[in-house]
Amino acid sequence: MKVTTVVGLEVHVQLHTRTKIFCGCVNRFNPDAPNTQTCPVCLGLPGALPVMNQEAFRLSLVTAMALNCELARFTKWDRKQYYYPDLPKAYQISQYDLPFSHDGWLDVSSEDGETRHIRINRAHLEEDAGKNTHDESGRGGDSQVDLNRCGTPLLEIVSEPDLRSAAEAKAYLEELHLLLTYLGVSDCNMQEGSLRCDANVNLHIEQNNGETIATPIVEIKNLNSFRGVEAAITYEADRQQEEYSKTGRKLGDPGVEKETRGWNAERNVTFAQRGKEEASDYRYFPDPDLMPVTVSDEQLAEVRGSLCEFPAARRDRFEAEYGLSKYDASVVINQGEKFADYFESVAKGCGDGKQAVNWVTQNVLRELNERSVTVADFPIPADVLAALLQRIVNGDLTVKSGREVFDELLSDHDKGMPPSIERISAIIDEKGLAMLADTGELDSLIDATIADHAKAVEDIRNGKLQAAGPIIGKVMKQLKGADPQTVRERIIERIQQNS
Amino acid sequence: MSLSTHTTQDLLDQLQSGQLTSTELVTTCLDRIDAHDERIGAFLHFEREPALQQAAEIDRRRQAGGTLGALAGLPVAIKDNICANGTRTTCASRMLENFVPPYDAHIIERLRQADAVLLGRTNLDEFAMGSSCENSAFQQTRNPWDTERTPGGSSGGSAAAVAAGMTPLSIGSDTGGSIRQPAAFCGVVGMKPTYGRVSRYGLVAFASSLDQIGPFANDVTGVSRLLEVLAGHDERDSTSIDRRVPAYSQNLDQPLDGLRIGIAKEHFVEGLHPEVEQAVRSAVDVYRSLGAEIKEVTLPHSKYCVAVYYIVAPSEASSNLARYDGVHYGFRAEKFDNMIDMYSATRGEGFGDEVKRRIMLGTYALSAGYYDAYYLKALKVRRLIRQDFDRAFEEVDVIASPVTPTPAFKIGELIDDPLAMYLTDIYTISANLAGLPGVSLPCGFSSEGLPIGLQLQAAPFEEERLLRAARMYERETDWHTRRPAMNSNSAS
Ligand SMILES: [Zn+2]
Repeated sequence: MKVTTVVGLEVHVQLHTRTKIFCGCVNRFNPDAPNTQTCPVCLGLPGALPVMNQEAFRLSLVTAMALNCELARFTKWDRKQYYYPDLPKAYQISQYDLPFSHDGWLDVSSEDGETRHIRINRAHLEEDAGKNTHDESGRGGDSQVDLNRCGTPLLEIVSEPDLRSAAEAKAYLEELHLLLTYLGVSDCNMQEGSLRCDANVNLHIEQNNGETIATPIVEIKNLNSFRGVEAAITYEADRQQEEYSKTGRKLGDPGVEKETRGWNAERNVTFAQRGKEEASDYRYFPDPDLMPVTVSDEQLAEVRGSLCEFPAARRDRFEAEYGLSKYDASVVINQGEKFADYFESVAKGCGDGKQAVNWVTQNVLRELNERSVTVADFPIPADVLAALLQRIVNGDLTVKSGREVFDELLSDHDKGMPPSIERISAIIDEKGLAMLADTGELDSLIDATIADHAKAVEDIRNGKLQAAGPIIGKVMKQLKGADPQTVRERIIERIQQNS
Repeated sequence: MSLSTHTTQDLLDQLQSGQLTSTELVTTCLDRIDAHDERIGAFLHFEREPALQQAAEIDRRRQAGGTLGALAGLPVAIKDNICANGTRTTCASRMLENFVPPYDAHIIERLRQADAVLLGRTNLDEFAMGSSCENSAFQQTRNPWDTERTPGGSSGGSAAAVAAGMTPLSIGSDTGGSIRQPAAFCGVVGMKPTYGRVSRYGLVAFASSLDQIGPFANDVTGVSRLLEVLAGHDERDSTSIDRRVPAYSQNLDQPLDGLRIGIAKEHFVEGLHPEVEQAVRSAVDVYRSLGAEIKEVTLPHSKYCVAVYYIVAPSEASSNLARYDGVHYGFRAEKFDNMIDMYSATRGEGFGDEVKRRIMLGTYALSAGYYDAYYLKALKVRRLIRQDFDRAFEEVDVIASPVTPTPAFKIGELIDDPLAMYLTDIYTISANLAGLPGVSLPCGFSSEGLPIGLQLQAAPFEEERLLRAARMYERETDWHTRRPAMNSNSAS
């Protein structure tokens, strides 16, 4: 019995505009001072009217273009009507039958390394609601409403049910998160709710007779972490399989409706929710307070001209231009735009993409993690690291010595000295790390040492190359800054020359 | 001094020349309200002191030689569905009985800038839904010409206040005739501008695609003066149009050469009171005698106006009034068991019958499965109605018609027959559906001594032509100079 998990995600992204979508209130996460970022419009006071924020619409166009969506030349606003205390007008201004964009796609790398083409059904723009907080002490205190969030521009991106596992859903969300961050349309802060997601989940179960049945679709509401998305879908898939084996209920059976469930992150379970949407009719109709929006060729051209390089394209380019492996390119790109910029500066500066990627994904990334800083605050600027790596690439410095310089630059910084290209030379001099340009000195030292190790020389001549160890050690001890690999090769060469 | 013998322009001239102070004028108005409003019930609430302070401040500025705004201290009464910062705005509903907006409507800002004195707040049908002021949750406004009769509605308070000489100017809102019909019933001039001409920002919405704010006065000049202040673009209303505002009052007295007046046969059908028909036809004769060309036009879809209106307006209203749920402001029921129960109890107790009826109509029309058959179809017919007018206005400059099928009806006469009440809007609704400007001006009296109105409609943004055409008629007649006998001892 083959069981496939089928998932579609509805992702809500708060757009990072200066002001809210239909009024002039500042658009900022501020739960500590409730109801201070409000005005007659976002409070839904009698007589107040909405005016569309052009910047919110522009950021939506940017995002939809990056998601390869078709952009509508004519779009309109609709009222989605329901009662809830966090919705002061008792309707949400949204887009119903003519969203500003539709039919796009996003490529996602699945676990097996294959690229999965996930179709986007539509992306539409709407206003966020406020936030209700309830007394959880059980003593029945008043619920409270904070309308600071009310009117935050919210982009809803709806995928087709093209995702085939919990991990793939997570990967999709991560790729989307990365893209949105690159585009700069949202701060994508999941703790603060800037990026939230609902998952539609069901199973396709292949029967013994070869037929496939589908379990009833469940919508899991309000997932706000990557881990949560993966865990909730995993749990839900198991639950649906168990439920199916018990009841045999499947999609399309009489009385089977879409179910809404919540996610309890502490207990790691989904739970049945008496959702406000159940049996509700939103009575959508065009909002008479807002004019339909027409999008011109000029506007589209302007937006297209302003687009940055998308992560997927940059990944491909890094592979082609800097000779990175698919894996390395992903590691660099997935760290975000600033990190990829840093890598690219280092790679260009030192002229060796592979050397650069080794250093940024190992040494730099480790330091960032240990210091809990982003690359923007990393003490060694890209040009300084590039200068250091260039010495290695040119054969002036061993990798090992390079690490010593790297560590020294960091401790310089910790002592209040800014790392600089000049400091690299100074450190090399202080520590005597420079590779010996004149092999004459190395050769005479090797010859002298060989003379003291007749037995080892004999073994090496007989092909036991590991016998070179003690000779290498001796030479290295006397000759700081020498590359052990070079020393080893030179020793073997001298012995074999002299035989 | 007496308001009944002075026109808006007289008062303005006297204020500007210093013969009359704003304080004197406002005092006269307030005294008149004190003397007669117990009987008429035009005002829901007003405060003497703030109005007098405002007047005194304007007078001080005039004496100091300062420049004054266009209204120079003239009092203006405001329909109680337009928000003014710090002033209770009730919409004649229990729901908003104690609601005090923290902001000014666009037109309130305009009036303040023009140095109008905000006199008080006038009665209306609850949330502007009605044609008689009988749906006010607080009081019945009576027609100053016959207190047994309604002043019309929903802006009945504003019309009655001007007719009774309590204020030279007032503001109303018109969604299906709510300015023009009470103007006709009360024998004053009332105008609904083109949709988008006056900002709706701060007007408590009834039906957003139909609502428009407009002026009342005793004559066309007064209305023009006030419209000059109200009209103009406002960025806070997305449906407000950015278009130059002509100086409407400037060329008002210049007759229009070659004026073409349209008469639609659809407007003279069964149900039209013979005396109303007679008065309107006589008015058309006046135009003919002035050299205007009278042409018959056809508005084939006008028979659907009432049906379309009673789908579109309640649909929008059901959505616009959903916010009154007891959560954030306004009335909240005292007894309820849970959240849903709080919503129903609040709305059940806070709204009157007519408002509930329209919310239910609209909710039904927008429901899944009915939307296409009702709302969507209504929008299509609405477009056809607009096309009728577009075609007609290729032939004529203005269309003349009755405002209402009958003169003012009696209080209680139609209240139990909502359909008959809805049909009283039959001539005014189309201007809202098509977004046209329309004006109602006095054109005669019935044998019972009740005023009769003439409606003129023009193409969108042709207010200037519309007002000049209205003024041509007004110059030839004296209907607008007649005033009701305001004997405060007369029976009510
Ligand atoms: Zn706001």
